[in-house]
Amino acid sequence: MTTSTESFYTRIQQSALPSYFTEGTAKRQAALQRLAEVGLPTIKSEEYRFTPITKSLEKKLTWEISEQVSSISTIYSLLVNGLDAHLIVLINGRFSKQLSNLKELEKNVIVTTFNEADKQSKEVIQKLLGSVGNSSDAFALLNSAFYQEGIFVHVPKDTVVSKPFLILHINDAQQKQVISHTRLLTVVESGSTVSLIEKSDSVGEHNCFHTFTEEIVVGENATFDYCKIQNDGRAIHQVSNTTISQSDSSKVNTFTLTLNGQLIRNNLSIMIDGEQCESHFNGLYLVKGNTLVDNHTVVDHQKPNSFSNEMYKGIMDENSKGVFNGKIYVRPHAQKTNAFQSNRNILMSESATINTKPQLEIWADDVKCSHGCTTGQLDEEALFYLQARGIPHDAAKAMLLYAFALDVISLVKNETLRNYLDGLITERLHKNF
Amino acid sequence: MLSIKNLQAKIGEKQILNGIDLQVNAGEVHAIMGPNGSGKSTLASVLAGREDYEVTGGEVDFNGKDLLELEPSDRAAEGIFLAFQYPVEIPGVSTINFMKTAVNKIRHYRGQSPLDAVAFLQLMKEKMKLVEIDQSLLGRSLNEGFSGGEKKRNEIFQMAMLEPKLAILDETDSGLDIDALKIVAHGVNSLRSKNNATIVVTHYQRLLDYIVPDFVHVLYKGKIVKSGTKELAKELEAKGYDWIKNEAALV
Ligand SMILES: Nc1ncnc2c1ncn2[C@@H]1O[C@H](COP(=O)(O)OP(=O)(O)OP(=O)(O)O)[C@@H](O)[C@H]1O
Ligand SMILES: [Mg+2]
Repeated sequence: MTTSTESFYTRIQQSALPSYFTEGTAKRQAALQRLAEVGLPTIKSEEYRFTPITKSLEKKLTWEISEQVSSISTIYSLLVNGLDAHLIVLINGRFSKQLSNLKELEKNVIVTTFNEADKQSKEVIQKLLGSVGNSSDAFALLNSAFYQEGIFVHVPKDTVVSKPFLILHINDAQQKQVISHTRLLTVVESGSTVSLIEKSDSVGEHNCFHTFTEEIVVGENATFDYCKIQNDGRAIHQVSNTTISQSDSSKVNTFTLTLNGQLIRNNLSIMIDGEQCESHFNGLYLVKGNTLVDNHTVVDHQKPNSFSNEMYKGIMDENSKGVFNGKIYVRPHAQKTNAFQSNRNILMSESATINTKPQLEIWADDVKCSHGCTTGQLDEEALFYLQARGIPHDAAKAMLLYAFALDVISLVKNETLRNYLDGLITERLHKNF
Repeated sequence: MLSIKNLQAKIGEKQILNGIDLQVNAGEVHAIMGPNGSGKSTLASVLAGREDYEVTGGEVDFNGKDLLELEPSDRAAEGIFLAFQYPVEIPGVSTINFMKTAVNKIRHYRGQSPLDAVAFLQLMKEKMKLVEIDQSLLGRSLNEGFSGGEKKRNEIFQMAMLEPKLAILDETDSGLDIDALKIVAHGVNSLRSKNNATIVVTHYQRLLDYIVPDFVHVLYKGKIVKSGTKELAKELEAKGYDWIKNEAALV
């Protein structure tokens, strides 16, 4: 263990918050204390059994955050081609006003950093931060203690935000390693419609570690679309903690696409705290090399009469590893809940692995729930059928994999975004497999 | 066109084809009959290039090429078409999209330029009419939820699209009602010419009333034990296979 790692652990043990954090210190302090109690996960930790992230971080990085300036001045190549979006750019954990673009926001829509928020927003932040996603995940706690910047998005009642928000996380590791912790609090008031895309990239050769904690409150009758794109070709370690809470008759669609990275852990929790809600959460991981991707999802039905459907699919090639854990909770009075889950995987090589585990805990009796997970190889019969029609082996393979993968993006409503995702998937399946 | 000499094949440890000899010339229709499990589908699969089967001996010449050396897709591009006894269901791939890829891959192999969308559509319309298949079926996931008869008709539609030199129809008649049988037979017959050939694998004389064979062969225990004209099929229909099995046992 390096000395800086040791001193960082000592800092956690002693709950010693660095003095440069001047805002939100009470909550930071509390999070650090909790972190000292739970500790960073080892492979003995049930939730990280297959994901040796602490060990990997110890090997690759030193833990202490040091603020890093970046020389990045253009982000064009990192954008979603052709997508007209409200752009929020974070570089090495810090908001970049210069590179962001928040013109043309609908009336009374607020986008601000926590620091620069006005009094009213500060009150909302103070009230909600850490209460939506009250996670005991070590990296959520780490983030709560050390986040460098927080972004607050507030959409007032009955507002359709016509352009999606695109949050771009850039880690500039050209000079040295980067550790960044960022935070988002989004409140979508009743009757409003918001779409949010989150994409992370890094530049430079040094290692990166990024945690991102998002808390999203979706009001009554509101619609929230969410898309996460993880296509960072470099050796990034990333842990995201996303919690979405839903009120009555709200609709949530999420899609998580993972193509690249060293070690990616996504904790996604949907708290259905309302009736007549609808939530769809889809995910697709197409990985190769030594990438490890771990999706831990929770859908918590706390009220009756709601519907959730989860569909995650994965294709693992080379030495990559996939982990899927899907928890469905149906609380005692959440009667008439419909909750469905499926996780399907294809292993393309002998050394690729997947660990998949559904976890259903149902306390109500009048519910419809189902889950299924499958792991297999490519369907050889189908492959032969296509070949027998004149389609060469590799093209036939790509065709089958693409057909397997594609239906998970059907819920993405924005056409430009959907085409972009389709392009990423096509490219991965045709060129690299 | 096709010349099979002493072909032997096994799957796992099980020897299935025990020395098949068959000569098929352009313009001919050959029927292959034989009891269940005698190796008919195996022969068809080996010709189409299924890798599960290991060829342990013999040779197959197709228009001057060593067929056994070719990849399955190259065999298709050379003009071999297998209508599967059990067509595979492929979720997420529509017949239209997949045929477009297939047609253009084959054209590419032959050094032809790809068909554009208009030309492809036109070709498709023409062939759809020939086999009386509904467009809505072709837009759906390949064979998924198709009835038995719809799957078989889809096979013949694909054959019509690809215009093979040698079509091997593996029990395309099973599962078809009388009307569908006539339509399928009509499709096959209208694609016949002096330049192509057809091998029909079937258990029933009824198909051979519509697709009239020049030769009939009986496959038994992985060997062709008897060959004849269309009269042989009628004899089999009347008498069953026992007398052939007895004859084979005497040899
Ligand atoms: N994968 C396999 N493993 C073991 N045996 C196999 C396999 N595939 C086929 N066989 C065997 O090979 C033999 C020939 O099968 P084949 O399907 O070629 O028969 P067929 O003549 O087409 O029969 P049918 O008239 O029932 O369609 C059968 O005994 C079958 O059980
Ligand atoms: Mg058969």
